[in-house]
Amino acid sequence: MKSLAELKAIRDRAKAAVNVRENSEAGTRVLVGMATCGIAAGARPVLTALVDEVAKRQLPDVMVTQTGCIGICQYEPVVEVVDPDGTKTTYVKMTAEKALRVVNDHLVNHNVVKEYTIGAYQQ
Amino acid sequence: MFRSNVLVCGGTGCTSSHSDKIMERMKEEIAAQGLDKEVNVVQTGCFGLCALGPIMIVYPEGAFYSRVTVDDVPEIVSEHLLKGRIVRRLLYQETVVDEQNTKSLNETKFYEKQMRLALRNCGVINPEVIDEYIALDGYQALGTILTEKIPPQQVIQTMLDSGLRGRGGAGFPTGRKWSMAAANQADQKYVCCNADEGDPGAFMDRSILEGDPHSVIEAMTIAGYAIGATQGYIYIRAEYPIAVKRLQIAIGQAREYGLLGKNIFDSGFDFDIEIRLGAGAFVCGEETALMTSIEGKRGEPHVRPPFPALKGLFEKPTVLNNVETYANIPQIMLKGAEWFRSIGTEKSPGTKVFALGGKINNTGLVEVPMGTTLREVVEDIGGGIPGGHKFKAAQTGGPSGGCIPASLIDTPIDYDSLIAIGSMMGSGGLIVMDETTCMVDIAKFFLEFTVDESCGKCTPCRVGTRRLLEILDKITSGNGTLEDIDRLEELCYYIKENSLCGLGQTAPNPVLSTLRYFRDEYIAHVTEHRCPAGACKALTNYVIDPEKCKGCTLCARNCPVGAITGTVKNPHVIDTSKCIKCGVCQSKCKFNAIEKK
Repeated sequence: MKSLAELKAIRDRAKAAVNVRENSEAGTRVLVGMATCGIAAGARPVLTALVDEVAKRQLPDVMVTQTGCIGICQYEPVVEVVDPDGTKTTYVKMTAEKALRVVNDHLVNHNVVKEYTIGAYQQ
Repeated sequence: MFRSNVLVCGGTGCTSSHSDKIMERMKEEIAAQGLDKEVNVVQTGCFGLCALGPIMIVYPEGAFYSRVTVDDVPEIVSEHLLKGRIVRRLLYQETVVDEQNTKSLNETKFYEKQMRLALRNCGVINPEVIDEYIALDGYQALGTILTEKIPPQQVIQTMLDSGLRGRGGAGFPTGRKWSMAAANQADQKYVCCNADEGDPGAFMDRSILEGDPHSVIEAMTIAGYAIGATQGYIYIRAEYPIAVKRLQIAIGQAREYGLLGKNIFDSGFDFDIEIRLGAGAFVCGEETALMTSIEGKRGEPHVRPPFPALKGLFEKPTVLNNVETYANIPQIMLKGAEWFRSIGTEKSPGTKVFALGGKINNTGLVEVPMGTTLREVVEDIGGGIPGGHKFKAAQTGGPSGGCIPASLIDTPIDYDSLIAIGSMMGSGGLIVMDETTCMVDIAKFFLEFTVDESCGKCTPCRVGTRRLLEILDKITSGNGTLEDIDRLEELCYYIKENSLCGLGQTAPNPVLSTLRYFRDEYIAHVTEHRCPAGACKALTNYVIDPEKCKGCTLCARNCPVGAITGTVKNPHVIDTSKCIKCGVCQSKCKFNAIEKK
């Protein structure tokens, strides 16, 4: 260890992993349906993609977690985003690629990706 | 990147209830479900709520599982980690709000009033991974001091300004210790860490070393820089194998990163640390005895002055601080003396860790700001006394301390308030007692300990404590006289004034403080041959009430010494000459027919 910059590099690298271990209640919650139906439809790669992307972009008040079946099994994998004000957006038929766009547009820039939502899909 | 972190407590408390096996099984199950790239299993230090161990927390949800068994693991993995359904039956009940909701751990009574500074990383990071300590600003204080070339005097000034006092018990200002050692010129100086935690019931130092060893290493390095030392020693008892192992790992990792060794942060400052294992003698927690033991000699104290700051280890100026004291220092350096002074009371800034034990619901480790009242610690954080019993007294400071009676339960806990009421902070053991505890018996318990642990070098302690114990023995067996109580008190003061080191000087404290607040109990033992708490076996008898006894024979069948006789459906009788007063009959009787008199 020769400089503070070196120390900081280690800190930044390790921080994301440790930050997950705090209750982030005030922030945005991202819920991935991980019941049998969700897993069968491919929810796990979606979940992994979301976690990786959130960590890469260092979004500290976003919590990505799993949830059970919400009853619309035909639309799985389902991802729900609950904003700090309580607004809920339901994204359906998700894939890992779509997940990246949700992170970029919705979580970072606060623009709902309309074409992935359940409303758009049902029309 | 892991989506979930499973934190399993790896402190000594939870390890003794097999948290290591739980962790192993967890890893197997996670691998079997193919989740090993998504879920991280982390072994951490103590969470504090030892009464509910083994403990596991799953993040990001923050689900707090208590009393987990190996058999619960598959359910947690398949339900919670795979499908996101929290296993509600295993949740710590305090965190459950209703069917759907749980509240965060910090909102529970146990954690709400706590403030974790020394324990801030315990139960959060993996103590065997240096990166996790660095992630939470670890080594930042050391790095800033060394790279910005902050002069040692300024580091010492920060310590002085912070008002941090030694957490080992005596409460000597840490900054003063440092400035004295810095002022003494020598070719070699030393920094030592006292991890020889020996008070019965105290385990905060162990938990810090098990949960956050790097904080101690960083602080010792800062101390080395401040006083001009290049070598540090951690004196730790061999009975703490997990703490020793984690320290060794931590020292190894710090050396690898160049945070110990030559030319740290390219500043030209060298510092290294070695571990010395103690064989478990209580007296080696005394500073002069500890340093004699590090030197490889028999661990016996010697006269002060000269104080260690002038002539300590190997006759060189030495700074010796306690583990908990060190654990506070990196934070103080980072956040400043003002920040530290804003916590706690004016004369005792900061927090103190207590090991809660005895007759209390939430046995475990708690950290509160100085000035918190004993009532808050016992009733709110500790969750009160189990079995509907009443609070009688609390013992602080272990064998060197005294007791605080129920009438003083609103005393704020800080160094000076405790001394004013005849107790002391001590290292932080806090033993709660209810009305079934006999105060004479408690004094005897601590005296038995000091008699065993007296090193024998000076007569007042070696012989005096033994005589104290003999008198207490006489009183608890019902053979004492009122003169015995007076002699007991006189001898206490004699030992206090004439002993060589802290062990002897404080050994009579448990007797003196129980005499001060519970003299009536001593007198009852002597004049009425009665133990008011019903704890002294020689003075109590078990008696069967013939009116209530149905002659079910249950007591007679369970008596281990065959002291109970009687025929079926007729009242039974206890032969007091055979009875060993174990109380089994009373606990077995379904008709409440057996009384303790």
